Amino acid sequence: MSMKTAFFDHNSTTALKPQVLEAMLPWLTQPSGNPTSRHIYGRNAREAIDMARKQIADCVGVQASQVVFTSGGTEANNFAIKGITANLPPSQLLISAIEHPCVTRPAQSLAWHQWNVAQIGVNSEGVIDLAKAEQALKTRTGLVSAMLANNETGALQPVAELATLAKAHGAILHTDAVQAFGKIEVNMPTLGVQAMTISSHKIGGPVGVGALILDKRVDIAPLLHGGGQERGLRSGTENVAGIVGFAQACQLAMQSLNFRRTTAKGLRDQLEAGLSKLGAVIFAQQATRLPNTSFFAIPNIDGETLVTALDKVGFAVASGSACSSDSTEPSHVLLAMGIEPDLARGAVRVSLSESNSSEEITQFLAALQQEVQRLKGLNAVAA
Amino acid sequence: MSERKPIYLDYSATTPVDPRVAQKMIPYLTEDFGNPASRSHPYGWTAEQAVENAREEVAKLVNADPREIVWTSGATESNNLAIKGAAHFYAGSKGKHIITSATEHKAVLDTVRELEREGYEATYLQPEADGLISLEKFKAAIRPDTVLASIMLVNNEIGVIQDIEALGNVCRANNIIFHVDAAQATGKVVIDLEKLPVDLMSFSAHKTYGPKGIGALYVRRKPRIRIEAQMHGGGHERGMRSGTLATHQIVGMGEAFRIAREEMASENERIRMLRDRLLNGLLQIEETYVNGDLDHRVPHNLNVSFNFVEGESLIMAIKDIAVSSGSACTSASLEPSYVLRALGRSDELAHSSIRFSIGRFTTEADVDYTIELLKSKIGKLRELSPLWEMFKDGIDLSKVEWAEH
Amino acid sequence: MAYSDKVLDHYENPRNVGSLDKNDPNVGTGMVGAPACGDVMKLQIKVNDAGVIEDAKFKTYGCGSAIASSSLVTEWLKGKTLDQAQEIKNSAIAEELALPPVKIHCSVLAEDAIKSAIADLKSKQGH
Repeated sequence: MSMKTAFFDHNSTTALKPQVLEAMLPWLTQPSGNPTSRHIYGRNAREAIDMARKQIADCVGVQASQVVFTSGGTEANNFAIKGITANLPPSQLLISAIEHPCVTRPAQSLAWHQWNVAQIGVNSEGVIDLAKAEQALKTRTGLVSAMLANNETGALQPVAELATLAKAHGAILHTDAVQAFGKIEVNMPTLGVQAMTISSHKIGGPVGVGALILDKRVDIAPLLHGGGQERGLRSGTENVAGIVGFAQACQLAMQSLNFRRTTAKGLRDQLEAGLSKLGAVIFAQQATRLPNTSFFAIPNIDGETLVTALDKVGFAVASGSACSSDSTEPSHVLLAMGIEPDLARGAVRVSLSESNSSEEITQFLAALQQEVQRLKGLNAVAA
Repeated sequence: MSERKPIYLDYSATTPVDPRVAQKMIPYLTEDFGNPASRSHPYGWTAEQAVENAREEVAKLVNADPREIVWTSGATESNNLAIKGAAHFYAGSKGKHIITSATEHKAVLDTVRELEREGYEATYLQPEADGLISLEKFKAAIRPDTVLASIMLVNNEIGVIQDIEALGNVCRANNIIFHVDAAQATGKVVIDLEKLPVDLMSFSAHKTYGPKGIGALYVRRKPRIRIEAQMHGGGHERGMRSGTLATHQIVGMGEAFRIAREEMASENERIRMLRDRLLNGLLQIEETYVNGDLDHRVPHNLNVSFNFVEGESLIMAIKDIAVSSGSACTSASLEPSYVLRALGRSDELAHSSIRFSIGRFTTEADVDYTIELLKSKIGKLRELSPLWEMFKDGIDLSKVEWAEH
Repeated sequence: MAYSDKVLDHYENPRNVGSLDKNDPNVGTGMVGAPACGDVMKLQIKVNDAGVIEDAKFKTYGCGSAIASSSLVTEWLKGKTLDQAQEIKNSAIAEELALPPVKIHCSVLAEDAIKSAIADLKSKQGH
């Protein structure tokens, strides 16, 4: 198959930037030591990690010692939820209704440990309802976890406001900033959160590395025990190449943030103008969103079917979040927004980057129109 | 002035990535990107296929079914997942007692300690002076409520090989889940999980010429072993370990394990020759002791103590080779290796130990250089050592009353 | 750990390594530390009839800083009277070698070795 596929699934994963590969290669092709070793091979690896830690810290406005490297966003979220609650007396754990499974599932696992897990609802635009949050915080709450930008709709969440509320009620706030980081400015002190998750492969870095960034006052128990790496908070030999690549990707993302934001937004505006003409319902369109994300449905067209059809004609898009692609359940995010399940089943996510072009959008809209007509025809026959 | 890089003899700490492994990984870092869990587009498909091929390679090295291999971020995570995962799952039906050994890797020891904080009880078996676990002592440690035993296949510091088959049979007979940390064993000893009575086994890529940050856990299917996930999320790896799979890393581990399977026999022979050469050279130095049994041992490891020489000054003296020493430098003082202490070595001998670990890229010239370096530096340090002088004067140092401060 | 250039110099080219005849009435021997602690220092001084230290030798089992501390004091001791030698303080040794805080005990040990050698000499000479 020689057809080139247009990649419209950047919220799922992103292509590694060439400069990132360049930064990583010495750590894969030249002899390098275990960062724990005291000889020159080990010390060089340690120095590379220290530098990467500083670079990443600078990108989010914290000190290097606040960055704990993990194997990715999933581990960082599990670490935050399980690790922070482990050192608190059981009370209420509050999460938003639109969190990623790697926040909701560890949260659910805490029910075994006498924690009461409660959800904060969102409005019809997919934005956390602060009044509901304030209400929920009246019950004694140890930890709140709310994502900074939703991976499906792209809707930005009022995390700074939540931080103020949480603080007033003596709760710690963790934010999953995996989708937001690298697409919009993310400054941890400005947000006022005590813990924040970021991931490398969503910003042009390698898969398999992420970080949990912690306020120094947060008392957290490790998830992985062993050699005492990461100041005892995360044992295991460091993924040196991955960490170096992550830091390089962070720096590149910060340097080109405005350009990429503007480019992606321009492409999305073009896309959504076309989608409206096709009768698509665009979710969370009134919310402040990530500039690159569009989540929509064409009424009476199944999302999964449409994704497969578009794939055949050379467009890689997603039906929901990649992690839940296996299930046919409608998106929990859309259900939380009060979207009818039938419409929610039609959801398709396009997530763009500056690597996409206006021509690709034009071609996509044409292909979409064709596929929609074809599928509607099939539906009519079936009926 | 160009500084020559020291000779690398620290393969047990980490191995360089084999160039063939790196070559195989790079395309998955650049072209074939994709989230293997995204089934809806071709990028994802390519990645998924690569991941499954690698899973097969890992399974083949240890004669397991690919469906028994779960990807993790490394052996530390595998050990945590196996021990906590099985202990949590079976504690209710079997009990809360765990057996392990005092010479396990920290990732096992600290995980068991964490379980102790949760209310489990643990027995830490002391090895014999040769580093091996006594089967009789192992049997004696079993209690009715023993749920899990964790014993490593190859020790990271002294390279001794435990009799996993015998220990595993005891576990089977007593209905105990048996976990084996094999991070130091892959590519060094033959592992046949069809025959070995092992339920869970941890692997690491970066000790076998693969990349850092990727590992795997073997979870037996027949009889089926259950573990409680430690990382929850998208339900990857059949729910046992969530998190986006790092395709390039997995591909690297698969290739590393393929090479290990195909080249192990000839490579081990070459390494054994080098080890014997090193051993014979070092034993020419007086008052030199090999730590750990020499027969039940991988040829890659040689751990030697040089008597009457202080550890830190020894490390300073041999800067031209990259090795590990038997003492971990904590902030204020030298802490002798807990493994050597468990063997009954004195603090002095533990401090003055060096772990030489030989690997794929070690040459005969490297070994010869190392022998000469050690001969000359040990000689110099002993010339400086009042203890050596006393020893040579026939004074029994154990009878001296030291003015300790 | 980063050693100072002076420590490295003394470690690589230790001064006055060796032993003096401990039965010589003009030789004082100090042996401090213990193998289990990781440091043993043997320091010997030889005085002339005027009570001036004319020779000093050492042997040390210990880390680079311990070796450097004892090597340094053998240089300092030569030409000093016993009273002057008694005045050598560990802080001066630590400062000269730029020892990090975790290695201060090496300089303390060197000072103890001087005191011990002087005491041995004095007891031999019937003071």
